[in-house]
Amino acid sequence: MQPQTLFDMSDRGKRCTRFPESDVPVSEPSDLLPANQLRDKPPLLPRVSEPEIARHFARLAQDNYNVDAGFYPLGSCTMKYNPKVQELVAAMPGWALLHPDTPSECVQGALRVMWELEQWLAEIGGMDVASLQPPAGASGEFTCLRMFKAYHDSRGETHRNRILVPDTAHGTNPASATRCGYQATALKSADDGRIDLGELESALSENVAAVMLTNPNTLGLFETDILQVADLVHSVGGLLYCDGANMNAIMGYARPGDMGFDAMHFNLHKTFATPHGGGGPGAGPVAVKTHLASFLPVPRVVEQGDKFDWDWKQPQSIGKVHGYYGNFLIAVRAYAYILSLGSDGLRRASEAAVLNANYVMEALAEAYDLPYPGPCMHECVLSAQTIAKETGVRAVDIAKRLIDYGLHPPTMYFPLTVKEALMIEPTETESKATLDCFIEAMTQIASEAHINPDLLHSAPHSTRIGRLDEVKAARELVLRWQKER
Amino acid sequence: MTYIPQSDKDKAEMLAALGIESVEEFFSQIPSVLRANAMPAIPGPLTESELVRHMHELAGENHSLQDLVCFAGGGIYDRFIPSIVRDVVSRPEFVTPYTPYQAEVSQGTLQAMFEYQTVVCELTAMEVANASLYDGATSLAEAVSLSSRVTHKHRALLSRALSPSARRVVQTHCTASGIETGEVPYIEETGQTDLGALENILDDEVCCVALQQPNYFGIVEDMASAAGAAHNVGALLISAVEPISLGVLKPPGNYGADIAVGEGQPLGLVPGFGGPVLGLFACNRELMRQMPGRVVGQTVDSEGRVGYCLTLQAREQHIRRDKATSNICTNEALCALAAGVYLAALGPDGLREVTRLSIHKAHYLRDQLAEQSENVQQRFGGAFVNEFVLRVSQPVCSLLESLCEQGFLIGPSLGREYPELDDCLLVAVTEQRTKQDIEGLVAALSS
Repeated sequence: MQPQTLFDMSDRGKRCTRFPESDVPVSEPSDLLPANQLRDKPPLLPRVSEPEIARHFARLAQDNYNVDAGFYPLGSCTMKYNPKVQELVAAMPGWALLHPDTPSECVQGALRVMWELEQWLAEIGGMDVASLQPPAGASGEFTCLRMFKAYHDSRGETHRNRILVPDTAHGTNPASATRCGYQATALKSADDGRIDLGELESALSENVAAVMLTNPNTLGLFETDILQVADLVHSVGGLLYCDGANMNAIMGYARPGDMGFDAMHFNLHKTFATPHGGGGPGAGPVAVKTHLASFLPVPRVVEQGDKFDWDWKQPQSIGKVHGYYGNFLIAVRAYAYILSLGSDGLRRASEAAVLNANYVMEALAEAYDLPYPGPCMHECVLSAQTIAKETGVRAVDIAKRLIDYGLHPPTMYFPLTVKEALMIEPTETESKATLDCFIEAMTQIASEAHINPDLLHSAPHSTRIGRLDEVKAARELVLRWQKER
Repeated sequence: MTYIPQSDKDKAEMLAALGIESVEEFFSQIPSVLRANAMPAIPGPLTESELVRHMHELAGENHSLQDLVCFAGGGIYDRFIPSIVRDVVSRPEFVTPYTPYQAEVSQGTLQAMFEYQTVVCELTAMEVANASLYDGATSLAEAVSLSSRVTHKHRALLSRALSPSARRVVQTHCTASGIETGEVPYIEETGQTDLGALENILDDEVCCVALQQPNYFGIVEDMASAAGAAHNVGALLISAVEPISLGVLKPPGNYGADIAVGEGQPLGLVPGFGGPVLGLFACNRELMRQMPGRVVGQTVDSEGRVGYCLTLQAREQHIRRDKATSNICTNEALCALAAGVYLAALGPDGLREVTRLSIHKAHYLRDQLAEQSENVQQRFGGAFVNEFVLRVSQPVCSLLESLCEQGFLIGPSLGREYPELDDCLLVAVTEQRTKQDIEGLVAALSS
């Protein structure tokens, strides 16, 4: 059956939520507001009943793969299990029903959670101070680059206009650099997939404001020369930024601050198991070394005696990056997660994540190309290049065929340096049985590519909707429901 | 607690398959000097029962809207959230997936976002909407940035009666990207943006004029005149809307706004201490290719069945990298879902009821205060919807605290952001407030 939209079900006389009659005197809006500011006709919102809404979204829910239901090995996304207790905690009225403009004496519990989480993140990252204000990873990147700019400006070094970013970096890195008024330059990686020290050295100059790195990088490889990299960047007066997307690989084993990074962001929705929500909300707190602390966003949470308060008086602050204090309810979830694991639990999470990734990589190294031999950290990147050459089956076909096996595809075609890339991040919350099932499916698909490539070209076959015509979507741009199109 | 489902046997088998003794071997590539100090000094671990007790205790140190009768506003409002909204956004099928890159297994999220885009277009009377940004403030910053890109001009004019925190966020972005900002004053008496002053500082270097409707003081602006003034010099008009007010107020698309943004929290989201909330973003079709953020489009599959996928992706960071229209990746999809369900639950009639109830109750409060309280005065004379500024005779800070003790939350106070209004605070009334609540507040303010 073709699924309907809420608008197709809409009809006069159907309603869900009603509000009580007014218990105060009523007058017409036109008596209280200028007539020319009033709406002529109501918005065409759907007129539907509660049972219809419930069933509509129950049906849509069935069309969503999700990490509660199955394996979700999206590389760089850390799709780990989202503990149920987080949802219970975040729904407590003492957090959920807090108005952001409540006097600080009346929100001491909230300020304590923010203050403590900032301390813990700084400690996990080997940094000195943190801010929870950035609402997502990309916002965290922008926040830190913006702080870098303020830092350089404060030292009279306004000429620094370039940011160096490896060719394996997440797209947000160069995009954040541009957003901050910088020019992003790509650094070609070495043959082993890591930073090429020679390349870095020749790109570094007095005009470089910062270098942005992910460690381990997006190939799942630890940047073993990181200490030399930090020295090189600092020797020309540049700053070193850590994209913390891959923190799940190294907790308890290495801290970006100790590696020489000046600032970093965390993705609470990756490393600290808060849910992804089908695209958000996440949270992207930042942590920095002391020399950058005065540039952090306002307001800061401060401890005064045995009380907590807001501090707005930070003359060097870059200002605000979110209308309020960031995604507080996501921070509450991450706080609960960190507290339930403790330092030993975080370390064991990283260990299991790395073990799982290596187990998968090793098992698939024959059926697929392995452009950068391991060991890997928490994720591995395979390539379908040989399969593509021999059979015409591409990474996207393999990814779509996995859906027929009841599994979510890995990240495809990223990093950009690997042709026909399939980037796999199992995370620590998957059992050996699940990994074996994935390995078997991937191996089977590799052989299907040779026997019956068309089966893969036309996959998936098991979903209500087959492969979508993205070209048509981009050409016709139907971006909203319309009557009788 | 850990969430690792491997047995000892599993782990042993995996290590054997890899031919290693211990998982620590994988970490030996990390320089030993780094490994030495890497264990973070943090508390825990707690069992689930300990954790829940601890979080209950900490939550108990907060005065939430369960304890306080809320008359606070400034962008975040205490509105009724229908049960169906909470139910839908609690479903793990919506809570636990990633961004819908793999459309065939994400039709639920994609169709919900398509429906969300549709209701945002309807509410604002704009032609296209994206699938959400972080919050109202960052939506405004993105709108200013878009204006500068399409007009190739680098001066933005913002009303002083725009949310101060949104202006701060805009400033953080503009300083970085070389956009100069100017401020349009408000009229002392009415609280409206001074459009005469706007005319005086407008010139053809201006990329956009941004006003809030109703503005931060709750006052209704003359948006059509602002749009005309902006368009006269080739600038765009950005309208920052409070979505519930659009049940009664003229929508941005009907007065010539080029971009509509807004804080979507009133559309079915808990206040959550200010986050996560929801950045509304809608614009005219001609600006569509410059929009920030995810956009969902309708298409068909190989069998001709209607389906949905992310589209216009050539604008986005994962494709265009340094040339992208924005750096945004993760957005507020689950909050957008809540807003979509909320607006469906209300429908046009429910929305109208909520808006009208809020207007009536706010005006009742205003009238009662005028009659009974000598300690407070309405600060501005302009027409308002459900929020207005009070001038008080005692220090604002101690008043807020003493009201909290009596069980009322009002504000925010305006002194920090408006030194000239340091004896003023905002008061907002939603459909949630009863006559008794209002009379209680009047009594508290009159004593």
